[in-house]
Amino acid sequence: MQGSEGYHNLMFWIFAATAVLPGLGILIAKDIVRQAFWLLLSLVGFACLYLLMGADFLGFTQVVVYIGGILILFLFGVMLTHRTDVPLKEVRGWNLVVPGIVGGLLSAAALLHVAYRTEWNTEASAVEPTTSAIGQKVMSTYLLPFEIVSILLLVALVGATYIARRGGEKGESE
Amino acid sequence: MIHSFEGLLKSIPCLYPSFLGQAEGAASSAAAGSIGLTHYLVVSALAFSLGITIIVVRRNAIAVLMGIELLMNAAGLNFVAFAKYSNVKGGAVDGQVVTVFIIVIAAAEAALALAIVLNIFSNMNTIEVNEADALKG
Repeated sequence: MQGSEGYHNLMFWIFAATAVLPGLGILIAKDIVRQAFWLLLSLVGFACLYLLMGADFLGFTQVVVYIGGILILFLFGVMLTHRTDVPLKEVRGWNLVVPGIVGGLLSAAALLHVAYRTEWNTEASAVEPTTSAIGQKVMSTYLLPFEIVSILLLVALVGATYIARRGGEKGESE
Repeated sequence: MIHSFEGLLKSIPCLYPSFLGQAEGAASSAAAGSIGLTHYLVVSALAFSLGITIIVVRRNAIAVLMGIELLMNAAGLNFVAFAKYSNVKGGAVDGQVVTVFIIVIAAAEAALALAIVLNIFSNMNTIEVNEADALKG
């Protein structure tokens, strides 16, 4: 029992580092493709944390949707906005570095303050398979939010297609 | 390992003006050596702050979107963690449903924002966010 707890703790620290530390890479890396791969590492870390908490459905959804969908979308965006005449680097706005870091530290201070100073419930609920439970919740308790979010996704994707396509047509006609 | 991590946090007095006195009581579960809700909240808080810093510091629109994705992941992690440590019977699933919604909304947001970025690129030939200031007074 003690050994499995120690193993769990070790996994937590590894996954937490995998989730948080790539953020620094995104912040510092100059090349936008390198940033995308740092984001990949961070998303893998979050998926592992979900799995560690017993949220199996969420962990795999994270991998499929974020890594298989959103990250690929980002890489497409990088490729489509790549100018061959200039190197793939960005000019950093140095005037905003200090406000950015100050804002990040302030939000970290506030959130960590709440996280440490509140007496949280420390009883973890038992780990169970969640997929069928999530399906039943979505189809019963959360039916209305589910339908709203479905419509939202449909509208957003149709709108995204329209916006991206109209830009292309204008580019051709000019 | 836990003690060294908390010691690291304690060693930043500007972040923790009143942290030293309360630490042992509030983080008693951490002192017992097991991973508790606080640990997940700290991970989420750090990821959230890094996301905010990325959004403000980076000028590339796609990098800003990556910061937003980091924020959404931090929020989703918080939901799952709170649900796992909730008193409500079957409450663990409720938080996960909310996180599923967050992932769906993140997907919609990324698709829409990248379409806008593509449009900005085709119109202005740049994706630096402070170049797109045509509506600025």
